[in-house]
Amino acid sequence: MAATLKTTPQFDIRNPAASAPLEPKIVVKDLNFHYGRHQALHNISMELPERMVTAFIGPSGCGKTTFLRTLNRMNDVIPGTRVAGEVLIDGENIYAPGADVVDLRRKVGMVFQKSNPFPKSIFDNVAYGLRINRLTTNRRHLEERVEQALTDAALWSEVKDRLKSSALGLSGGQQQRLCIARALAIRPEVILMDEPASALDPIATSKIEELIFVLKKQYTIAIVTHNMQQAARVSDFTAFFLLGKLIELNTTEKMFTAPDEKTTEDYITGRFG
Amino acid sequence: MKVHRHLDEELERLRDTVLRLGGESEAALRRAMHALSERDPAAAREVLEHDDVVDELEVEVDRQCIDIFVLRQPAARDLRFVMSVTKIAPLLERIADHACNVARTAIDLADEPEVKNAQRIARMGEIASSMLAEALDAFTKSDAAAARKTILRDAEINNLYNEIFSELIGMMVTSPNTATRSARLLLVAKHLERIGDYVTDISELTVYMAEAAIIKHQRDKLETA
Repeated sequence: MAATLKTTPQFDIRNPAASAPLEPKIVVKDLNFHYGRHQALHNISMELPERMVTAFIGPSGCGKTTFLRTLNRMNDVIPGTRVAGEVLIDGENIYAPGADVVDLRRKVGMVFQKSNPFPKSIFDNVAYGLRINRLTTNRRHLEERVEQALTDAALWSEVKDRLKSSALGLSGGQQQRLCIARALAIRPEVILMDEPASALDPIATSKIEELIFVLKKQYTIAIVTHNMQQAARVSDFTAFFLLGKLIELNTTEKMFTAPDEKTTEDYITGRFG
Repeated sequence: MKVHRHLDEELERLRDTVLRLGGESEAALRRAMHALSERDPAAAREVLEHDDVVDELEVEVDRQCIDIFVLRQPAARDLRFVMSVTKIAPLLERIADHACNVARTAIDLADEPEVKNAQRIARMGEIASSMLAEALDAFTKSDAAAARKTILRDAEINNLYNEIFSELIGMMVTSPNTATRSARLLLVAKHLERIGDYVTDISELTVYMAEAAIIKHQRDKLETA
């Protein structure tokens, strides 16, 4: 059963029901999504609270990544796809006719499973979004924004002396943080992360997770992860998807100690299959 | 299709170990009370000699719980089960410790004349034993309703303790020659009263395990429910 979250700035994670409601950053209403004849998402309705981390979990093919990608219309580029329903960000439907997709992508940044730095310098990778969006033409301002983004992505101290070196020379974990810096540079409000640490070693994973913890003070974050312990560690809320349906949305603490749905419990205890 | 889980075997093994521990504590309490009632110091010594087994089982439960936490990272009902067991095991070990204290008193009083409250203390022991048996049964079946019933029985022990306390203090005043024996029996009554509290704690943990409801420190709500 799809739950609707009500949260508050003084949000009590242990007692969400007693907390006063907060305006959610993202509201999804009756979202259906098709790849050709195949329906990948069925009537998804949920809210993502502002400045909180919401994790999407579920077995492969459950629709969690598809759902994540509907939040900034990344699926638009796949031919034969069809979407119905609404995704409201700050109250505006991103699928409304005439909605500005470029503006949407500026507002909703994305970090992918495999880090994908451009074959450019570290500096140019982070500056890329600022330049193509013409967010600044002043060199000093550009440098400040790049430094700030790298600092926010916890990478500045590691790369400040080699900003002109190729980004491809960074380690996997550094490349992923560079991609996060690249997303942060254009100052989005929402960050979508699609298994951002699945290809990283435990230390690099830990750095990404610590980073998520810091970033949520400023951004609304949605993260897809196959790693349930990671969902437990980084998120405030967890949504469990199965066969394209949202089975349960709950506080992460409740989800991992006493989920409401038996199917959820079977999945997170490994009894599923 | 049901997937075979190695974790299931480990949880089953843990359940067996904690139930063996529970069985040992239950047996220690019954044997100690028998030793006291029947003036059987040999039975009392058996309780004391057997306490090492209880201690070893508690350590074994700890070891298994740590392994499961570290290696399996249990969630949801598995997590609640292991979490509850980590707390139940020391309670069972303490119950056995109280049984040992009763057994020591049984040895001390074996050659002393009987004090007239002995029967009521035996009754208190029966209640404690049956509560413990019920609590272990509820734990085994993950039966929250049965656990709640056991919690309510703690009042029986407490009432009996208060009565016995007043009687024994009265006897110490009126018959000073029984003071030493009365004082020893008073301690036995206190041990049994504490066992009632531990059984209550075990039952509360069973409710948590079964329903994820934390009911400790909420006795008033339970009684009015």
